[in-house]
Amino acid sequence: MVVLATAWGWACGPTPPLREQGPFIPKSEAVVLARVPSVERDARARERAALRRALAQRAGQLDVALQLARMDVEWSQSQGDLRYLGRAQAALSPWWDSATPPPAVRMLRASIHHARREFAEARADLDAVVKEDPGNVKAWLLRAEVLGVQGEHAEAARSCAWLTALTSPLSIAVCEARVRSLSGHSRKAHAQLAEVLGRTGRSLESRTRALATLAESAALAGDAGKAERYFLRALALNPQDTTARAAFADLLLDARRPREAAVVVMDHTHDDRLLLRRVLAENALNSSRAPALTRELALRFEARRLRGDGAQAREEARFALHVEKAPEKALRLARSAWATQREPWDVRLLIEAALAAGQPEAARPALDFLRDTGCEDPWLVRWAERVRSETP
Amino acid sequence: MSRGAVLALLLVSLSAQAQKPSDSYLHLVDTGGDIAGRWDVALQDLDEVLGLDAGGDGAITWGEVLARQADIRRYVLGRLVLGADGRPCALVARDSLHITQHLDGAYAVVAFDARCAAPITHLDVDYSLLFDSDPQHRGIVRVGSEETAPLIFSASQHFARVRLRGTSPWRMTGHLVVEGAVHVMSRVDHLLFLVALLLPSVLRRTPEGGWEAVSDFRRALWDLVMAVSAFTVAHALTLAAATVGWVSLPPRFTTVAIALSLLVLALDNLRPLGWGVRWTVAFVLGLLHGFGFASVLAGAGLPTGQLTLALLGFNLGVELGQLVWVAAFLPLAFALRGSVLYRRAVLEGGSVAIALLASFWLAQRALGWGVSVT
Repeated sequence: MVVLATAWGWACGPTPPLREQGPFIPKSEAVVLARVPSVERDARARERAALRRALAQRAGQLDVALQLARMDVEWSQSQGDLRYLGRAQAALSPWWDSATPPPAVRMLRASIHHARREFAEARADLDAVVKEDPGNVKAWLLRAEVLGVQGEHAEAARSCAWLTALTSPLSIAVCEARVRSLSGHSRKAHAQLAEVLGRTGRSLESRTRALATLAESAALAGDAGKAERYFLRALALNPQDTTARAAFADLLLDARRPREAAVVVMDHTHDDRLLLRRVLAENALNSSRAPALTRELALRFEARRLRGDGAQAREEARFALHVEKAPEKALRLARSAWATQREPWDVRLLIEAALAAGQPEAARPALDFLRDTGCEDPWLVRWAERVRSETP
Repeated sequence: MSRGAVLALLLVSLSAQAQKPSDSYLHLVDTGGDIAGRWDVALQDLDEVLGLDAGGDGAITWGEVLARQADIRRYVLGRLVLGADGRPCALVARDSLHITQHLDGAYAVVAFDARCAAPITHLDVDYSLLFDSDPQHRGIVRVGSEETAPLIFSASQHFARVRLRGTSPWRMTGHLVVEGAVHVMSRVDHLLFLVALLLPSVLRRTPEGGWEAVSDFRRALWDLVMAVSAFTVAHALTLAAATVGWVSLPPRFTTVAIALSLLVLALDNLRPLGWGVRWTVAFVLGLLHGFGFASVLAGAGLPTGQLTLALLGFNLGVELGQLVWVAAFLPLAFALRGSVLYRRAVLEGGSVAIALLASFWLAQRALGWGVSVT
């Protein structure tokens, strides 16, 4: 952490570029204007180009379309490039609007909906996939994840239970721990997953996911030291895990270590969620970079809003609450996020925004949710107590 | 900006740019008859459909973009249909391709004009860019000023009919006041008319047929302003009549009559033709010019509700332009009026010159010699 703190001093990560400079003609033909996957060096890019050519020659080839769409979804997940979600959809366009598409198309459609935070659509497709194909491990896993985010923990746990005998004990344990953690029982979740990881966990992929889940559950359980160690291990194995990185930055921000939080996300601010953490950190530090980064994030939110995109309500609510200091706006956004998702951060933001806006009664849905799930996680429990003490 | 700075800027922006779904930004402005368009389309999106990275090295250079300029324009403009009240407009690219930076990287800027049958009250926009390669693409389209809320086009919602809100009546009137003043002062025959009116206004005929200086500046000013206003009143009458479509005269007749009335005015300065000639000529010239300007207003595509205001503004501009001219030159003529030089060289010499030029125009226009000077 000392290393991280010093890093903040001299490195500043990419600064937002100058914008709104008006149209220009580059000074030289050699100027590089954009980067795309190289068909010369990247075998995947070559394969993708070949698949697109094949599909352009003859549309309606399901196997080619599936291969292309799968590739684009994976690319979007690993690179965070949202354009590829739309491209994957384009590959599947002959089947996209069908009520009964081929099962593989339906599974991909669910993944795309999930990535766009369209949980209701994702869930409808996943329900259909597991009905047709009860042995589909990926579908059960994603279904558990979607239901967990929607706050339907019992149904999510049933989804994990279906996996028994279908996949590795570690994958099932991760699934269960994640659901338990989302329902406010992070200490238990952590203990059980740690025990299974100790026994098994050969494959790197499942280990990575397990470490990130352990880190997140430790953080929610209030064990900051343990969480930090797990986050560092998880991120060393998979630096592209945006969710884990964001959660790590949040842990540091909550511990009033904004300097380290800034360094953790510094080179990943192409992702709006991570730029938000950087903005929160730089503002907490009152640094000279804060205003430019804040403006950049506000412009990004504006651009998403312009296209009618409400997927970032949670991040926007946090920005409104802590950076813009606009509690009413934050409450409105927190409520709109609450309409589709029920993760710990949604609970926390609804409560925080309601208190900041002086409308503790607006936190009622969050309190009811915490009571119904029997939440034990200390941070959420404390906030809930505070709301109750302020409600007449 | 130096080349190094541009390179540095672009490299920095490449590493820090946002990742967002695909959008294009289209801005359409009604320029009175034509629609001027600016369309920003992401290079990443153009690469997906056109394959801009010719080298295959993953870096799209300005040279690679330039080499495909014609393809880019054809592709982009081929995916927009604009119509004016149901009739399609022709889209014509303007300027060379430019580049601009948006949050998620470099965009190609395609500038174009849409030639529509004026005037447009409803603009039809049918947008079909990129939906086939990315159904999540959105077209963010602004019509009019930057402040107006944009239209969001998507694969399922790609058509809109936009009512073009013209500029506010008061702004339009202000604009036409300037137009009127500029128009009237930029016509050679009209300027000569003003000179011919002004030259003798600082003098008075003696019963013997000579000249004497007027003693009262206000009297000279009043005479001149009245003559000039007679022009404006007449001009207003025919302009209104012609714009509404009640009367129309063949242009040939109008130009001949203008030359003739200018000749009469110049001759009157040399030898008086009778009482009231100056005012009559000013009035007749006004009537004739009114026909000439009717085409200007007709071309502006004014909604009928604003016509009265438009006519008022244009005539006010004509009057103001003339008064400015009077205010600038009358004091000079008044100061010089006593000298022999003024009477002989300026008044008589000037009037002879105007008469000669008017005769030349008359012959030219009546007989159809060559091209009119005005």
